[in-house]
Amino acid sequence: MSGEPRPVIPVVVWPGSNDDRDAQLALERLGADTQRVWHTDEALPHGTSAVVLPGGFSYGDYLRCGAIARFSPILRAVEAFAADGGLVLGVCNGFQILTEAGLLPGALRPNDSLAFVCRDVRLRIERTDTPFTSRCAVGQELTIPVKHGDGCWFADAALLAELESSGQLLLRYAAGANPNGAVADVAGVLNAGGYVFGLMPHPEHAVDPLLGSADGALILGSLVDAARLSLAASV
Amino acid sequence: MKATVLVRPKPGILDPQGQAVESSLRHLGFDVGEARVGRLVDVDVATDDRDEALAQLERMCEQLLANPLIESYEIALEHA
Repeated sequence: MSGEPRPVIPVVVWPGSNDDRDAQLALERLGADTQRVWHTDEALPHGTSAVVLPGGFSYGDYLRCGAIARFSPILRAVEAFAADGGLVLGVCNGFQILTEAGLLPGALRPNDSLAFVCRDVRLRIERTDTPFTSRCAVGQELTIPVKHGDGCWFADAALLAELESSGQLLLRYAAGANPNGAVADVAGVLNAGGYVFGLMPHPEHAVDPLLGSADGALILGSLVDAARLSLAASV
Repeated sequence: MKATVLVRPKPGILDPQGQAVESSLRHLGFDVGEARVGRLVDVDVATDDRDEALAQLERMCEQLLANPLIESYEIALEHA
């Protein structure tokens, strides 16, 4: 790596999180300084430029996925960070937590198959003018694995139309590749401000050709780029 | 004061659990229409005031027990 500044991107850990270390490893390799932050912490580390909420089964996914994690002390800090326009990425369980917290629209329901799905899926990038997709090309197909039981994203017709017209449906499963019955093949959603993003696929599991795909690095690398820019802007 | 909260998937929401139950019931020979699967939560609210208990249960449902986007809820208070 060059002498480029390394933005601080903490990864939140709940009891039951299990992708935090992969997320950390991937972000470190892509040029970020990371640390894992415990769910009972009340503040994000000093100098935080972006936050990642990782996959897993926070609090056992009791009641509904993400419903309990939403009330953890660290989430108040994440909400405050996002309220100031801070970059937040939620992967899988992290996405579920962000929807439960109302930071992202829609809700995640059990897969239509009722089966846990664990495999590579093909995805389509809808926009590249975001902090999460700047390294991608519009319409580009990525291959990234999913592994979830509750990934069926839902929004009613009115909300869907609204999100469609505002360009918030950032990531979709490619034609015929929808693994869970998500409405409109939605795999990832952006907030209205464009700085909070949640997706069911796991970019942190696809950052090296050895793992079958390095496409996840395009998403995480975009985030590191954006975090580095916000770091430069704050100096 | 004891209460029971019923949480249901809203009409029109895909309910794969309900569909699985429905098809199992048919396999068993029962003549059934649609089956939907929800959740039941028994709560003991620490008040004897019915209105206060109802108000609290309402807030519990909005904040945690149900996701208003996809679920409806029904509160039943025990009779005094």
